[in-house]
Amino acid sequence: MLYNEPSPLETKVLTRRFGLPNSATLKTYLDTEGYQGFLKAAKMTPEQIIDEVKVSNLRGRGGAGFPTGMKWSFVPRTSPKPKYIVVNGDESEPGTCKDRVLIENDPHQLIEGVLIAALSVDAHKGYVYIRGEYRYLIDIMDVAIADAYAAGWLGKNIQGTGFDFDLYTHTGAGAYECGEESALLESLEGKRGVPRIRPPFPAVSGAFQSPTILNNVETFCAVPSIIRDGGAAFAALGIPKAGGTKMTCLTGHVNKPGVYELRLGFPVKQMIEEVGGGIRNGKKLKAFVPGGSSCPVLTAAELEGATMDYDSMAQRKTMLGSGGVIIMDEDTCMVKAALRIMKFYAHESCGWCIPCREGTTWLRKILDRFHAGQGVRSDITLIGDLAKNMLGRTFCPLGDAAAMPTISIVEKFRQEFEDHLDGKPCPYEHAEHMVTV
Amino acid sequence: MTFSPELEARFEKFLTSYPPGRQRSALIPMLLYAQDELGYISDELIEEIAKRIGITTLTVNEVLSYYSMLHKKPLGKYHVQVCTNISCLLMDGDKLWDHACKKLGIGHKGVTEDGQISLEEVECMGACSWAPAIQVNYDFHHKVTPEKLDQLLDTLRKKQ
Amino acid sequence: MADLVKLTIDGREVQAPPGTLVIDAAKTAGIEIPAFCYYEGFSLAAACRMCLVEVEKMPKMMTACTLPVAEGMVVKTDTPAVAAARKGTLEFLLTNHPLDCPVCDKGGECELQDMVFRYGAGESRYLETKIHTPEKQYSPVVFFDAPRCILCFRCIRACNEGMGVGALGVVFRGAVSEIAPNVGDHLECDECGACIDICPVGALTSGTYRYKTRPWEMTHVGTICTHCGDGCKTTLGTRNDRIIRGNNRDHSGINGEFLCVKGRYAFDFYDHGDRLQTPLARVNGKLEEVSWSQALEVVAKGFKKTLAGGGSFGVIGSNHTSNEENFYLQKFAREVLRTNHIDHHRTGDVVALVDALSGKTGTLATVSDLYERKAVLVLGADLALEHPLLSYQVRANFRHHQAHVYAISAGTVREDKYAVASVRVGTPAPPSDPSRFAHPQGEATAADYFGALEQLRDRLKAESELVVLFDDSFKGGDVHKLVEFGESLGIPVKYIALVDYSNSRGAIDMGLTPELLPGYKPSGQTGLTVDEMVAADLAALWVVGANPYKSGAARQAGFLVVQDMFLTETAALADVVLPAASAYEKNGTVTNVTGEVQRLKRAVNTMGAKPDLEIMGFIAREMGAAAALGPWLPDVVFEEIRKTVRGYEIPMPVIATGGAAHTTPVNGRVPVELRPDLVRSDHNGLFASGTLGRYSRVLHKVVESRLSR
Repeated sequence: MLYNEPSPLETKVLTRRFGLPNSATLKTYLDTEGYQGFLKAAKMTPEQIIDEVKVSNLRGRGGAGFPTGMKWSFVPRTSPKPKYIVVNGDESEPGTCKDRVLIENDPHQLIEGVLIAALSVDAHKGYVYIRGEYRYLIDIMDVAIADAYAAGWLGKNIQGTGFDFDLYTHTGAGAYECGEESALLESLEGKRGVPRIRPPFPAVSGAFQSPTILNNVETFCAVPSIIRDGGAAFAALGIPKAGGTKMTCLTGHVNKPGVYELRLGFPVKQMIEEVGGGIRNGKKLKAFVPGGSSCPVLTAAELEGATMDYDSMAQRKTMLGSGGVIIMDEDTCMVKAALRIMKFYAHESCGWCIPCREGTTWLRKILDRFHAGQGVRSDITLIGDLAKNMLGRTFCPLGDAAAMPTISIVEKFRQEFEDHLDGKPCPYEHAEHMVTV
Repeated sequence: MTFSPELEARFEKFLTSYPPGRQRSALIPMLLYAQDELGYISDELIEEIAKRIGITTLTVNEVLSYYSMLHKKPLGKYHVQVCTNISCLLMDGDKLWDHACKKLGIGHKGVTEDGQISLEEVECMGACSWAPAIQVNYDFHHKVTPEKLDQLLDTLRKKQ
Repeated sequence: MADLVKLTIDGREVQAPPGTLVIDAAKTAGIEIPAFCYYEGFSLAAACRMCLVEVEKMPKMMTACTLPVAEGMVVKTDTPAVAAARKGTLEFLLTNHPLDCPVCDKGGECELQDMVFRYGAGESRYLETKIHTPEKQYSPVVFFDAPRCILCFRCIRACNEGMGVGALGVVFRGAVSEIAPNVGDHLECDECGACIDICPVGALTSGTYRYKTRPWEMTHVGTICTHCGDGCKTTLGTRNDRIIRGNNRDHSGINGEFLCVKGRYAFDFYDHGDRLQTPLARVNGKLEEVSWSQALEVVAKGFKKTLAGGGSFGVIGSNHTSNEENFYLQKFAREVLRTNHIDHHRTGDVVALVDALSGKTGTLATVSDLYERKAVLVLGADLALEHPLLSYQVRANFRHHQAHVYAISAGTVREDKYAVASVRVGTPAPPSDPSRFAHPQGEATAADYFGALEQLRDRLKAESELVVLFDDSFKGGDVHKLVEFGESLGIPVKYIALVDYSNSRGAIDMGLTPELLPGYKPSGQTGLTVDEMVAADLAALWVVGANPYKSGAARQAGFLVVQDMFLTETAALADVVLPAASAYEKNGTVTNVTGEVQRLKRAVNTMGAKPDLEIMGFIAREMGAAAALGPWLPDVVFEEIRKTVRGYEIPMPVIATGGAAHTTPVNGRVPVELRPDLVRSDHNGLFASGTLGRYSRVLHKVVESRLSR
């Protein structure tokens, strides 16, 4: 099912089947070149497959943006240990709702991507880790997997290629940290979702301490097209060093929020105005988050000339991230936004390391007190200070994810913090944003 | 302890989906699906699962207490989860939450007297582009206005 | 040996073997990198982030506790960035940590205090409320205060990895994470207290030590635990001549940091209300308090009368008196009382082992061997319950070196968890104990064991070396057979004959047996054994630190003199009872189960009690025999032992400085009749320890002591 209208400005590679009747069925999949990439890959060597992925300039779509082909090449294919493919379907980054629609509308594309990855590293078992709240998607995935087995696209000697592969779904149970790849692997083993000491990385010691390819849902979904139509074609859709398209979730104060597949390098202004239909109620843009709450926010001014890709965002000292675009209009209280974001990280902190669990908790308490009108001036500097004391010192990037947006908000919107001092009521307290439909 | 045949079949499948010696991987799926059937995770269930997997009850408690969706106390038959994280907040998800609390007369993790409905303020559930969003058990509801919420709650109150 | 890796730390060149962690390499250069969660011997955590250091060419600061050294690495620990990181991390830690120092037991010994002093900020910027939960009690011995906990996870690892028990875990998430016990709201574990000692702050505190004193008010004395035969060094904290606590503060013993519940807590027998502090003499059929001079007079009179009348003397010695006391006692018996009826309750057949090892060298294992050798075979005993230090060593050997452990016994033993082969023999007693605190009950004969050994022959042969531990399932000729089996493997094998008590080994070494003189020299005479002495019509019987009448035998001896700490069943029958000092109240030496000698260092005095050696000396003087026996000073007697007892030619400085020296008993046949019928282990578990255990309140209070009966 589609939850929003598509946009004519989309480049529909991963979402090509969206909107087709019964898009999620095996029949529809096979009728639309489904599993052709796998059959082609089954005749390629592992090196050829990885090279093709490298040529595509596909980078991890979960948020970290690591070059996928390179990641796959780190797996020691000839290791005597069994290899595994693990799909990161934990999608919990605030602002992000794209893996959900990919699984719902085209689950076989994910299966095919997993199979191709498996061919490249001689893996014969895979797990699709899906967050617990996405139960209906686990059900959809289970049906797709069952249908694939029944038709010989999973199991022994797939379509006579001699290649065996078993695929399972595995449910999470409510923990953002399990989106971190090593924490996910711990959760997969039935443990608390606490990350592992790295190195070693999953490519060498991953699922069950064996070499593993672990990638985001969207990353795997891009692979069938890459193999079927060639990596160069995929690369050409994007920009140098960042090929293809990005599932982009427009959220917040736009007229047409929704999930859209846009070419990498898509101009931000055009995205907001033409894809998103502009800011609601004729308001002005105040702050822009490019890819999930872990990214530093940008002001409207900083968006001049910006494009949705890794380099453009890095230049502006933020990240492309997960694709969860959060758009905040002029009536948004940035202090409240900072508070809610920090509340999230404090709640999700796994608790393993001191700077993250104590830092997020402390910051949440300050922001709480501050937004309630009991802040003091020194709090404003303190917030930035404490966030910087978390940066780079934590056991996993969650500490950075909490620190970076906070630092950007307190630095770029300092005035809003000043406006909350001396017991003054929040200037935006009565702004109404609610959906009236 | 006895479970439904469906749940037993699921347990069986879980315990064999992982490499040999790695049946502990079945722990979290078993806990969650058992919770769906029994309503909550009791001490008896913890002992049963610990036995089946071959780990201590301490280990089971360590794991289950880490995950937000697993709970050792019964919630309502219909567990209403309201997201107030950033994308939903921008669409007044927090006001929706306040509205829900007031309407039902309970708070976070509270349960109505008749045990029919419980409330939880949750983190991002992956419906950010269709905010504000709520979940009732595992079902999503998008673009929820206070009016829609009222209707939904009224329906839930009357359901069997 | 692989080439050393060269790196630079704070400008200093450091060399370390490949694989060394930077935090350890820094230590060798005298550079301290602070850490809470890193603890040598346990798995890495990288949780506290205190050890972050700058490393050239690496974009982020790295945790020194997980970074192995690399050639040419340049590490900086003294930069402003590192100082700021340490300060910041400590500041974070202190946000929820309560300001309990004035009332916290750990104050003065607290690693957090020390770190904040060295690396922390002088002021707090925290204005918010702290997370507070009330303190909880997890057992009579373990209290847990969650607000103080810094979540370093040392306790969990010490319990799970070190002890192999796994009674502690962490629940919840984020800043509300908490350390939780294994059974609902309390612990069912070994009550060893390792978690308390390893806790860097006052989160885990001792139930028996709470609020009694500040650590700087105590004098700490490292001496040898007086309970089982493992020979752990325990540190007794004393104040005003009272023992306030026991812990592992002195790490210099063969046990390193390991201690069990007895070593840490069961010193409390020493001031039990029933402790004898005044001599007793039987007057008109009743035992009455008398003065020392009166008591000694009665004893001397009685002994001289028996001598003059040519009457028979019996002497029953102890499993926990010192080597000096044992040596002096058998000398007293043989040279002054002119009797060879001298024995003690034997708990393991060391004699048979020494005889069987004739002609071989280096075949007696030390505690250290249990950690170093590549394979270990445990026969009969549940080591974790009966010899916890030995078990700890074996487990650590498995964890660190992947040693192969084999266990053969009549019931489940803790070693099953990590043994490469576990064989059950004989018939186990139903039902098997779910708490696993009770000794494996079951009936198995030596023949059963040899059958199992044959089963394992090929696997054992494939090992490069082996240490064999055996309990009283093997005695007499079976010990010879066992050594023959070991020989037939064609690999180097070392042995340990398990004995129960703190100086059981020393009792045999010092000749407290009718057939042997000190040093395994045959006495050439016959003599009565313990049971025979109890049943015989002896004119005089002298019992030192033993309770042979425990089972209720009737007294036959004409004149009974008892030296002990408590009015035991034996003492209650005596004509004279002389209050003895415990091992914590005297100097001397004891020899542990592996034959390692260590000195006792007096920690406190108990008024009215005297060390057994002194008592014997006073009796000798009263009898006019003092000159014949020489001075009853421990140092002097030990000198004589070193000069005359085979195997005890050990370097004095080692003993004098608190070290352990391995004795090497006779390397040749011991031509005496083997007496397997006299060997009987008490198989004390963790919560029992002969007479001493009966008077320890801690051992009785813990729930597991009930579970283990």
